[in-house]
Amino acid sequence: MLELALFYIFGTIAVVSAILVITQHNVVHSAIFLAGTLLSVAGIFLALNAEFLAGVQVIVYVGGILVLFVFVIMLIAVERSTFERQFNRQWKIALITSAILIGELVYVVYQGRDTFVLAEPAVPLVQGAAGNSQQVGMGLYTTYLLPFEIASILLLVAIVGAVVLAKKKTQTE
Amino acid sequence: MVATHHYLFLAAALFTIGVIGVLTRRNIMIVLMSIELMMNAVNINLIAFSNHLQQVNGQIFAIFVITVAAAEAAVGLGIVIAMFKNKETMNINEIDLMKW
Repeated sequence: MLELALFYIFGTIAVVSAILVITQHNVVHSAIFLAGTLLSVAGIFLALNAEFLAGVQVIVYVGGILVLFVFVIMLIAVERSTFERQFNRQWKIALITSAILIGELVYVVYQGRDTFVLAEPAVPLVQGAAGNSQQVGMGLYTTYLLPFEIASILLLVAIVGAVVLAKKKTQTE
Repeated sequence: MVATHHYLFLAAALFTIGVIGVLTRRNIMIVLMSIELMMNAVNINLIAFSNHLQQVNGQIFAIFVITVAAAEAAVGLGIVIAMFKNKETMNINEIDLMKW
């Protein structure tokens, strides 16, 4: 019952603020509503017994990525873009395409809903691990060690790339 | 107890909202935010199935998706700043230098 209430509360907040993200004229308002969506997705993660991911969602998405967005908006936001036309000319075609997309998604999930009977708890990835964070950590550092290292290299490349892209051109270049 | 397909419907809705944002908005910041929305929808799917199958693998994949999202945001915003230095605009319709 509690899970159902959590799902509907957080799901409604997530969808409503996602719609507001893509309809607001002011970019800063969009960023704030994006924070609402991300926080309620963190709540959804809690309802799904993924406590570690909920924490990561709040710290990395809301505390990291969204703050980066707000920084860039403060750096470059042009006042006149608020008063311009906000949607481009292809919006009718885009809406039709999106309607087809959601129709397909809903049809597929609705057709397959009977297969979503709860599975027998499979063999846990980590035997004898206690909490969710411990399980995620054990999986990350044993089975998924190589992808983990590749992810760290990806982050390094992204840092260097962002610095190179955003820095000023010096005289020698 | 919420059945797993409820979460899949929620993720489908969020993903479609993200697609609409990418396709219809002219402001590049909002296009990037819509991409973040789509990544969140994918994460909801992964974690819903992780909960459904009682395995932790889905959550680990969600961590990788968050990593990619962070890298994408950093590089994307770097590109936005570099572009803004050349053309004082946030409107993606005016960025057509490579359009033939």
